This record gives sequence, structure tokens and C-alpha cells, in this order.
Amino acid sequence: MAKDNSKDKPGSIEVKSFGTHHVITQPNPLRKVLLRVPESDLDDPVGRAEKALAGLSGEFKEWMTIEADRLSAAHATVQREGFNDKTREELFRAAHDIKGDAATFGYPSAAAAAESLCRIIEHAPDLGAVPPQLIAHHINAVQAIVRNRTKLDTAVVAGVLSKQLRGIADEFLTHANRDRPEHLEAILAPSIAPSE
Amino acid sequence: MYRIDFNKLRFLICDDNPHMRRILRTLLHSFGAREVYEAEDGATALEMYTHYVPDIVITDWSMPIFDGLELAQMIRQPESKGNPYAPIIMLTGHSEKRRVTVARDAGVTEFLAKPISAKGLYQRIMNVVANPRPFIKTKTYFGPDRRRNTTNTYIGPERRGSGEVEILQQPSLLEKARSAI
Repeated sequence: MAKDNSKDKPGSIEVKSFGTHHVITQPNPLRKVLLRVPESDLDDPVGRAEKALAGLSGEFKEWMTIEADRLSAAHATVQREGFNDKTREELFRAAHDIKGDAATFGYPSAAAAAESLCRIIEHAPDLGAVPPQLIAHHINAVQAIVRNRTKLDTAVVAGVLSKQLRGIADEFLTHANRDRPEHLEAILAPSIAPSE
Repeated sequence: MYRIDFNKLRFLICDDNPHMRRILRTLLHSFGAREVYEAEDGATALEMYTHYVPDIVITDWSMPIFDGLELAQMIRQPESKGNPYAPIIMLTGHSEKRRVTVARDAGVTEFLAKPISAKGLYQRIMNVVANPRPFIKTKTYFGPDRRRNTTNTYIGPERRGSGEVEILQQPSLLEKARSAI
């Protein structure tokens, strides 16, 4: 029997025009990849992907070390040259990558410490006025968490450490932004993005 | 029950971090995708977008040259030669309300906060495949309808004017984009 290809063809776009806007409806071009399967279908793509991710986990320690060293190198440049657009950007980017990747790599406390550092870089009115120890403590915390992860007693300590750093950073930022309501709101607002 | 035939989908992933690209590639291949193209910055991603015409774009926000937000804005050009309708999934460490709103206003279809999970990514892909939203074009916005729900309890100002409805039939831009390759 010949295959009916009519469903594969994208149909024409319908445009409804209103006073201030147009609503454009396109027949779903991806409908062809949606397959109806019986409830008994045992395929589990999410489980398969989780297994594949677990298969990569042997490399995570090395990846995390690379990310932590990149952060330390960016910090060393800041210490040498001070904050300018380039050094600020590189420090932020290195911290931001750890914030995003570290939990996937099995280092959630490093992610929390890096997030706290990102908030300082993003919301401090004058980075030159941030106590250098506050930034250095964040860098050292990330390095300590990454280097000592294999010790059984470090997970709890790492969690407490990043929580305390976040508390100190937030206290500093809240005070430094007391006259900047838009930053204060961003600092105090909870994350709203769904992760699952 | 539905599942996605991933081997018919073409993905473009854009992230400057090679580790995250590897993770994304591993997840997509495990789902069953065969065609996964990778870019490490927004400019390269835009070139690849025009060249490969991916079905779905997954992009990081913070990147050199131009970032994921600018990439989304470049893709969402209604008069562009490429396909301005492709779903864009923004995968990012930014998760503050202000950031999510900015991404939404750039035409991003779905937002997935890091740390990434197989389940979270699969759900976003399922959502853009199974439940595409109509596109809205105003003077200042072109992208998927930012209203995911309609509610009778909304009490704010109505920002969209009504007026006379006019229905225009146009040839599919997607078809046009694909035939141009």
C-alpha cells in the first residue's frame, strides 16, 4: 500500500489580524514525529538518557577540576589587573558555568557557592568596593569542594560552607543595594524557573 | 500514549561550554536523535541555523560574540529567509524572574534552568513537539504566544486591542525555507 504523505506536508499559515496584533497559526510541522504507542510500550528514553549520563560520570571529576581551575585563573587575573569589563566578564562566565554545570557533575555545593559569587558580580554597585576576601572565599570554597569531594565527611561541610557564604554575600548585597530597589528586588526574589 | 520519533528530528545546540555540549549531545542521542549540530557561540549557531534548518534549537544564554538571547531575536525575524518559527529551548543558569521574562520577550519557546536533567529536557521537547503555541506579531514582538493559559480571573489591563478580524492565507514559510536549501 502506498504511504500517505499528505500528513507530512506543512499546511498554509493562517493569520488572524486584530487591531494591534496578528495571531499566526501554523499547522504543527513536527506532528509527524509524534507517534501514538500502546500503554504497554516499554521504551524509556528518559531512563536510557539517565543511564548514558551516568556512563559519563567517570569524567565529571576531571571536568569539574577544569572548571574550578578556570575560575581560579580568572580570579588571579582580577587580583593582578583589577576589575574591568574583560576581567569581570571572564570571572562571571567561569562562575556562571559552575553554577549551571556543577550539580549535574555531582557538586551541588560548588554550584551554590558559584551562584553566590555570580550574584555579587551581578548586583554589587561597585565591584572595587567588594571586600576582596569575600570574593576569595568563594573561589577557595569552590576549589575545596571540588578537591575534597571524595572524603566522606565533606558533603555536609560543603553544604554548610556554601550556605554561610551565601548568607554573608546576601547581607553585603542587601546593604550595598539599599538605595537600588530594582537590584534589591532581584536579590531577594526566589528563582521562578522550573527545572523539572 | 505518545512518544517522539527522535531520529526524524534535527537539533541545533549552542553552548560555549564543551562539557555542557557533550552532556546535551549524550542526552539527545540517548533519546534517539541522530542529527545533532553543535555551535559554541551565537554567530556560528545562526549560520548553522540557516544552513541546516534544524527542527529545534537548544541554546545557552551566556555566550561570547552574541549570546543566546540575541540568537533568539535573530531567529525570530518574521521577514527573514530562514524559518522564524522553530522552537527555541533556552537552557541556562539564569533563573531569576527578570531573566525569564526577558527570554520570553525575545521569543524563546521554553525555558529550562540548569542543572539539566534528562526528564526536564525530554519534557520541554515533548511540549514543543506536541503543544506548539500560535505565534503573535505586534509592533514590538514576534514569537510564540506568551499567554500559556487563559483565565477568567485576570484583572489587569488588556494589552491586546481587538478590532476587525481579517484572515489571510499565506504559503508556509517553513516549506519555503526548506525548499530554499
